[in-house]
Amino acid sequence: MSPRGAIEYTSVRELRGPLAIVAGVTGIGWDEYVRITLASGELRHGVVLDADRDLAVVQVLEGTAGMDPEGVRAAFAGGPLRVPVGTDWLGRVCNGRGEPLDGGPPVLGFQDAEVGGAPINPVRREPPSEPVLTGVGAVDALTTLVRGQKLPVFSVAGLPHLELAAQIAAQATAAGEAFSVVFAGMGLTHADASFVRDALEERSAAGELVLLLNTADDPVIERILTPRIALTVAEHLAFAEGRHVLVVMTDMTTYAEALREVSAARGEIPARRAYPGYLYSDLASLYERCGRIRGRPGSVTVLPVLTMPAGDITHPVPDLTGYITEGQIVLSPETHARGVYPPLDALSSLSRLMRKGAGPGRTRDDHLDVAAQLLAALARARQVRDLADLVGRSALSPTDRRYLDFDEAFLRDFADQRSDEPRDLDTALERGWRALLALPRSELSMLPVDLLDAHGAKDAPDAEAPR
Amino acid sequence: MGAVTKAGGTPRRPAAGQPVPRLLRVTGPLVEMEYTSGIAMYDLVSIGPAGLPGEVVAISGDVVTVQAYEYTGGLAPGQTALPRGRPLSVPLGPELLGGVFDGLLRPLSGAGDWLPPGAQRAAAKERTWSFSPSVTRGERVAGGRALGEIRDAGPVPVKVLVPPGGGGTVEEIAGAGDRPRDAVVAVVGGAEVTVGALWPVRRPRPVRERVAGHTALDTGQRVIDLLFPVARGGTVAVPGGFGTGKTVLLQQIAKWCDADVIVYVGCGERGNEMADVITELSQLRDPRTGGRLADRTVTIANTSNMPMMAREASVYTGVTVAEYFRDMGLDVVVIADSTSRWAEALREFASRTGALPAEEGYPAGLASAVAAFYERAAAVTTLGGDRGSVTVIGAVSPPGGDMTEPVTAHTERFVRCLWTLDRDLAYARHYPAVSWAGSFSRDVPVLAAGHRAAGDPGWARRRDRVGAVLAEADRLADLVDLIGITALPARERVSVLAGRLVREGVLQQSALSERDAYCGPEKTAALADAVLAVADRCRALVDSGVPAASVEQVDFGPLLRAREDTGPRDAAGVTARGDAMLAGLEDVRP
Repeated sequence: MSPRGAIEYTSVRELRGPLAIVAGVTGIGWDEYVRITLASGELRHGVVLDADRDLAVVQVLEGTAGMDPEGVRAAFAGGPLRVPVGTDWLGRVCNGRGEPLDGGPPVLGFQDAEVGGAPINPVRREPPSEPVLTGVGAVDALTTLVRGQKLPVFSVAGLPHLELAAQIAAQATAAGEAFSVVFAGMGLTHADASFVRDALEERSAAGELVLLLNTADDPVIERILTPRIALTVAEHLAFAEGRHVLVVMTDMTTYAEALREVSAARGEIPARRAYPGYLYSDLASLYERCGRIRGRPGSVTVLPVLTMPAGDITHPVPDLTGYITEGQIVLSPETHARGVYPPLDALSSLSRLMRKGAGPGRTRDDHLDVAAQLLAALARARQVRDLADLVGRSALSPTDRRYLDFDEAFLRDFADQRSDEPRDLDTALERGWRALLALPRSELSMLPVDLLDAHGAKDAPDAEAPR
Repeated sequence: MGAVTKAGGTPRRPAAGQPVPRLLRVTGPLVEMEYTSGIAMYDLVSIGPAGLPGEVVAISGDVVTVQAYEYTGGLAPGQTALPRGRPLSVPLGPELLGGVFDGLLRPLSGAGDWLPPGAQRAAAKERTWSFSPSVTRGERVAGGRALGEIRDAGPVPVKVLVPPGGGGTVEEIAGAGDRPRDAVVAVVGGAEVTVGALWPVRRPRPVRERVAGHTALDTGQRVIDLLFPVARGGTVAVPGGFGTGKTVLLQQIAKWCDADVIVYVGCGERGNEMADVITELSQLRDPRTGGRLADRTVTIANTSNMPMMAREASVYTGVTVAEYFRDMGLDVVVIADSTSRWAEALREFASRTGALPAEEGYPAGLASAVAAFYERAAAVTTLGGDRGSVTVIGAVSPPGGDMTEPVTAHTERFVRCLWTLDRDLAYARHYPAVSWAGSFSRDVPVLAAGHRAAGDPGWARRRDRVGAVLAEADRLADLVDLIGITALPARERVSVLAGRLVREGVLQQSALSERDAYCGPEKTAALADAVLAVADRCRALVDSGVPAASVEQVDFGPLLRAREDTGPRDAAGVTARGDAMLAGLEDVRP
């Protein structure tokens, strides 16, 4: 956005698809950012794909429609795209390229940074160990998000993943320490975009939010920049300003499709499902920008949201994401059909870093035990439910019937929550306890005895009258 | 190969009158430059003002194609490139032990918080090493022979060797004393020998001969040591989808296996995980030496967002480091997590150079590249006459868990052992999730012979019995799902029970438990024997008329908990618990 090169070239020799080939250039580098001015005065943007002797092949982000090679002027920025960084971003609403949508002045900063970022030295990384509490009970209790973690939400079309992402963005906190959220929307419909703006208005007004919205009718290729700008802004807020920053990126499937479109336009050899062979590295270059750094305050936590096409978890986008991220939160159409929000598939969800970021000294002493017991009971309850479908509820043993009660309590009392309701972890865990107490004490082997006593867990009655 | 001793790091300037070659084209990691005389295939090139490292991959007419190892953004045609006059080589030396490096073996410990392209990595704090000579002046030595030892580099003595291909009369030899890594400690046959040495990563270090490996690598993981053991010098592939516990298993092996040196190559994996490995290794104690586990480990960290092409080099770097220690007569294990990311780097570059794609866009040379990489593992007699070995354990990450994809399919053809990780086992929290049905070890016959020779003739029989119990239980499991356990005959019900006892009492192992994370070979054998004996007794009971249901109701807890209740090498404790269990079964009456 801040081109420093002064020379403008008018020698566009060829226009083909999204590509403009500029001839007679000197000293133009690969991946350089380009501002293209049309004869009408319209401004477009591009990136150098190939610097070949005196030719520069430029990919025009907004496409080449309406471009006449004669009137086109291309100004090269002298390097890859940089964006201003700093606290001026907080409270702003911008488009996917970082230009204001809120009627305010352009975002400026005393510093700027390359949007591509640089890899964090693995030796300098601090292993994540403190929680980010999202205010969503089921997520906090069962798949605790840890500062510096990357934890994606896997969803399918039609589920309220955007509501969940917005709710987490609106509610998340880091135990009273300075906290900010960067929300990057990619390929959102206008309805979704305005939903997000409404849902996050309060946080934005409080100066804790950066909102970048690339809508479905914005240039596809701009989508490739949106998460990079978001992460660059977040890194500065975290590692220079000492804030804990949560970056929500939705929808990564749309992002990957944009990447595929660009790759196809470049004529690259496709790999699985026609996604480019570098999809893994590309996703990693986004997700891996999360973390903590030794000796620096602040953290970057990444929460990508993606829809699995046709619910297929082996689709390249969820599959490669799963290989990079530290766990996943999976949403389930079945739970959604039962009217539960958020429709978490607790058994398929996992936060790999939870053991380090929850429990004694981090959240609550009984947190990990309660979570483990809830999941174990849920696994058993699912088996019992299958059995009940076959043989009928009345043929179940008394203990098995208690599991059905537990299942109901788990969904209705523990998991279910309003999308505008912040729930603290204590409440969530107590609701978890309440659901567990539907079970006889002998089934609660993962919980310490003193806590069972304190919560009044009861032994199974010897002979329960069949209902 | 004699050039190795002389190959310094100084860039070779083109001869006078010859212009400095310039860049012609830059597109991603693919860079084209002008030809200059003396440039050879696979030579290293410093590209552009930042001197980014790159490697020559094609020479056609007056155009040289270079693969850059770092991000090339901003690099423009017209900038210069300096050929370095040698292939991609890494500095080997005593400083490797306990260190953390990137894919080109540049130290990460002294580098900054971020790794921008081309940044000159500050070399680790220059220190000296205590050298003591083991030859005298005038002695005749051949390539690969030790000239002296460095004792303060780590838990194993690091030897200074005559470079392979070198040799002759020792004309000068330094006395005992502290030397920096660049110090010349000997002159042999006219060539100077320094403490550290350069070696080109793509060229295997020569050996006198390969020998058959017949001692097992003790990994401390029961399912492996008992069912799918790997010989020292063997090769293993570990395929597993995400969430199957691949990295945890490999880290356990890195921590507890009984090799002298571990080379852990994090190839395109998670940064937080790498940070975890580094932190944990420096905290854990080596049970054999009492030192830090990190001191016997060389960590090569090339996380998924670090430069892609350096990932391609990192597996070769890792195996070169391993060969360096092997040549000192040591047993070395290379753990590469994950080779799929390496193959993807091959694919990306092939697609940039416009090579014709084979399966799923991978280059046609993938199979031979995989085979050549695993072939660098071997048990050998070194040039110096010692025994040494390099064992390679490579993780494979099949996309979508699809075991027919090219990297998995090719790899399993070239390895001696396959430890397949099973999603269903992982889902059922059975860790390590090594599938007994989908894994193999082709080292079993030779290791069985080794055990027989070492006085343990029962080893192979124990393995066969455990395998048979598992296979029988698997066969019955399908039946149980259909008709229910109670519909089976009593003997079959005991087979199902025996399968459960083996799975839960022997194969499952907790990486988080201090007592269970490592399991010594004697304890593994004792656990298997105890469980098999209990299963036999149960079968005898039902044969004598005891109803299967009464046997199933016995509390097998003490037997199943024996693995966590006893110390890592407490075979006697396991046997005692097994015997108590057997005695308890006496009370079960019809």
